[in-house]
Amino acid sequence: MLGMAILLAFHFLGLLIQQTTSLPIPANVIGLILFTACLFLKIVKLEWVEASAQFLLRHMLLFFIPFVVGTMVYFPIIRESFLAIVFGLVASSLLSLVVTGWLTQWLDKGEKSS
Amino acid sequence: MSGIVDHPLFGITITVGVYALTDLIRRRWWRWLHPLLASSVVLILFLLASGISYESYAAGGDFVSFFLGPATVALGTTIYKNWERVRNRAWAILTGITFGSLFGIASTAFLLWVFGSSGEVLRSMLPKNVTSPVSVEIVALLGGIPSLGAVFTVLAGLLGSVVGPMLARLAGIRADAAIGTAIGTTAHGIGTARLLLESEAQGSVSGFSMAVAAILTPLLFIPMYWWMH
Repeated sequence: MLGMAILLAFHFLGLLIQQTTSLPIPANVIGLILFTACLFLKIVKLEWVEASAQFLLRHMLLFFIPFVVGTMVYFPIIRESFLAIVFGLVASSLLSLVVTGWLTQWLDKGEKSS
Repeated sequence: MSGIVDHPLFGITITVGVYALTDLIRRRWWRWLHPLLASSVVLILFLLASGISYESYAAGGDFVSFFLGPATVALGTTIYKNWERVRNRAWAILTGITFGSLFGIASTAFLLWVFGSSGEVLRSMLPKNVTSPVSVEIVALLGGIPSLGAVFTVLAGLLGSVVGPMLARLAGIRADAAIGTAIGTTAHGIGTARLLLESEAQGSVSGFSMAVAAILTPLLFIPMYWWMH
């Protein structure tokens, strides 16, 4: 439970910083940035949080289920702008996937040969 | 009877129950079964057939998705643990994530503008390739509809998770690092979970990329936020 407490504390710290500075960065991301920094600086030890983090990350798909079930409420809006959504979402996602993969593969090859 | 389905315990129990069941079926018999897709379809059909409202379900569903918050923070361990594995090609992967995230946002804006979508749909879809708890927050900052943003994000993730590995193969992307970066940057946690089922090497880079994109994407949106306000 120590791990869960630490993760929640960083999320809360992120919220605190976001509310006081009104930074346009989500609270959970501020928490993630600070938490990552603390891991690299060895302020937080990996073994304190590892079990809880593993559990949360392994079952990420479970936590997404309510969002996907939520699509049932948006079926009308999705049907309305179906074409724009399909092209915006599908084309842009697949293009980005290929572009990212090509770029990384190409850069990585260059790196190895140098 | 109607009272009991409004209790959060109802939504929590059926969500965890259906997930555990589909996960069991996947491990025992059908390896291709997608736990998220299968569970969601079963739950939607169940709610539609039983006439139980989404609101009743969401009372418990919100508890389940709450854990995406600390799970986002937990991504820090993914960055930390995989750093040694990616550090000798960190430059290529980080450039891939940065350019891929920018390309995802720009191409969405361009395509939706071409197809004349409403500003609301546009603002809800721009951050669709970053992990859902982050994209929802960005959509809120931009003034879009967060739940619609969540749906787009999950669809982008499902798409990358279901067709991503095959598309990468067809496009000649064969290196583990490149596949992981491509899927993690564009299909976030859902794509990463899929890669982890098959390859630890691809999954770890994907998790690293998704976690770095979760930090990077909100930063990329800051100029846009300032421009809008």
